[in-house]
Amino acid sequence: MSLLCTEGLSKHFAGLSAVAEVDFDLPEGQVRALIGPNGAGKTTLVGMICGRLRADAGRVVFDGRDVTGMAAHRRIRRGMAYTFQITSVFGRLPVHENVALAARRRLAGPQVDAAVREALDRVGLTEDPDRPAGDLSYGHQRLLELAMGLVQAPRLLILDEPTQGLSDSEIARFTGLVRALAGQVTVLLIEHNMHVVMQVADAVTVMNQGAILAEGTPAEIHDNPAVQAAYLGTN
Amino acid sequence: MSRRARILALHGGLLAVLFAAQFVLPAYHHGNLARIMVLASYALGYNLLFGYTGLLSLGHALFFAAGMYGMALSMQHLEAAPAPALLAGLAAGIAVSALLGLLALRTAGVAFMIVTLMFAQAGHLTILYFGEWTRGDEGFVIAATRRVLWGIDLADPVSRYFAAWGLFAVCLLSTLWLVRRPFGKVLIAIRENEERVRMLGYDPFLHKLGALVVSGTMSAAAGAVYGLLFGYAGATFASVQYSIFPLLWVLLGGAGTVLGPFVGTLFMFYLIDLASGVTTAYMLIAGVVLVALTLFAPQGLMGEVRRRLWGWLP
Ligand SMILES: Nc1ncnc2c1ncn2[C@@H]1O[C@H](COP(=O)(O)OP(=O)(O)O)[C@@H](O)[C@H]1O
Ligand SMILES: [Mg+2]
Repeated sequence: MSLLCTEGLSKHFAGLSAVAEVDFDLPEGQVRALIGPNGAGKTTLVGMICGRLRADAGRVVFDGRDVTGMAAHRRIRRGMAYTFQITSVFGRLPVHENVALAARRRLAGPQVDAAVREALDRVGLTEDPDRPAGDLSYGHQRLLELAMGLVQAPRLLILDEPTQGLSDSEIARFTGLVRALAGQVTVLLIEHNMHVVMQVADAVTVMNQGAILAEGTPAEIHDNPAVQAAYLGTN
Repeated sequence: MSRRARILALHGGLLAVLFAAQFVLPAYHHGNLARIMVLASYALGYNLLFGYTGLLSLGHALFFAAGMYGMALSMQHLEAAPAPALLAGLAAGIAVSALLGLLALRTAGVAFMIVTLMFAQAGHLTILYFGEWTRGDEGFVIAATRRVLWGIDLADPVSRYFAAWGLFAVCLLSTLWLVRRPFGKVLIAIRENEERVRMLGYDPFLHKLGALVVSGTMSAAAGAVYGLLFGYAGATFASVQYSIFPLLWVLLGGAGTVLGPFVGTLFMFYLIDLASGVTTAYMLIAGVVLVALTLFAPQGLMGEVRRRLWGWLP
């Protein structure tokens, strides 16, 4: 049973075709990596999936329901969570409050505090939760984004380059975390670090120039000559 | 002391001091403070939208006047008693702010400022146009004999002071309550980063509309009470000047702080009062002080207190 699928999804920016007629299918419970060179259209594709961007053509079906025309906040309420590629936390609000805002949509009272603490623990952000989020290092703001995603207990977690700017030990922790989610949460992970992809992904989708170039298991993708030419070769 | 206890002690303390000031202040300052508390209630309403939600309106005089005229016109032409007249003022505030919200919240930033300014101008012109009922700029007086609410003579300075205090207490405590509720915290988050709020699954439009209606209704309550306590309604209160005042008071006192609106209103009132006692060019002195404050305390007086001393200020 697929949790998410798109049909003919397209987006143009001033004549540039950023995403062109993409048919994409994501089974429930899978961890899917979405890879491809810079400018391939990955962020644009997930933007249309979660409603940040309006599609020029095509459909998005989430959990058996056509959500193409649905406002972003209503898609989120139906169980999507999205973490921004360009970190977008509430810089002047405390770290704790950033996560609490995400938690309060589904929880109330003392449950909020407990959920916030658990989410911060899971991503390894154990420093002073009262300091402004803007004071965190770039990598730690990425972790905060991740905590804000997790605390929503989403059915589909969309992560846009979450390991950018993380240290090796933080990446290792992230990898473990996504592995622990496997099976419970469906994850769509845009990721440049092939090591991470090989470790966590059940399947990989490769995009190039707005279209899907290949799909398969990590090993298949790794050995695919077309992918190597388009992507791995350029790395 | 816990954070909660400190907040209650500070805000409750201010209300207690204002209540007690009634018994010690000389008549002149006593009268001033009653007026300041009503105007500060207006500023509290403004602050909810501007300071907490981050929406800069240039048209709040529309709400102040809606409350004032909703109250005054129903007393003048419908022979309403003060209590139902106040309710009419509140209802006018709710209706006008909901309508304005549905239209103006389709815009943001500078466009929102211009749209609110234009609606308020339209409101001002409407009051002038229907001069037969509103008496236009000249306005009309509400006779002292009719300003008796539940047997309390509101024209009497003492009861007027208590009525002003009561309004201020309600507005202050409801602001304090609201900004600490989940709803208020979403408003603050919208101020900080609206796109992120949307992507957490909250509807920004509904939250902003809610903020605007509460803000407009509080402003209308202040307008209605002002007209009732001081016995006068006039078109000046609908002019652009009265849209700018709450912005200034809030900026001076500290936008996005619960105490800021009162502090700013008090400060500005006495600044002009003192300066006009020294020189006829009192607006010049006031202007210099305002410029100095924006330079040295850009977050307003209470904003600076929060930044330097009390990080826990709501
Ligand atoms: N808001 C935008 N306006 C104009 N062009 C855009 C915009 N967003 C993305 N693009 C262009 O669309 C293409 C795909 O971008 P993007 O989806 O961000 O790629 P990726 O995430 O795979 O690196 C790029 O050529 C990019 O320059
Ligand atoms: Mg991208």
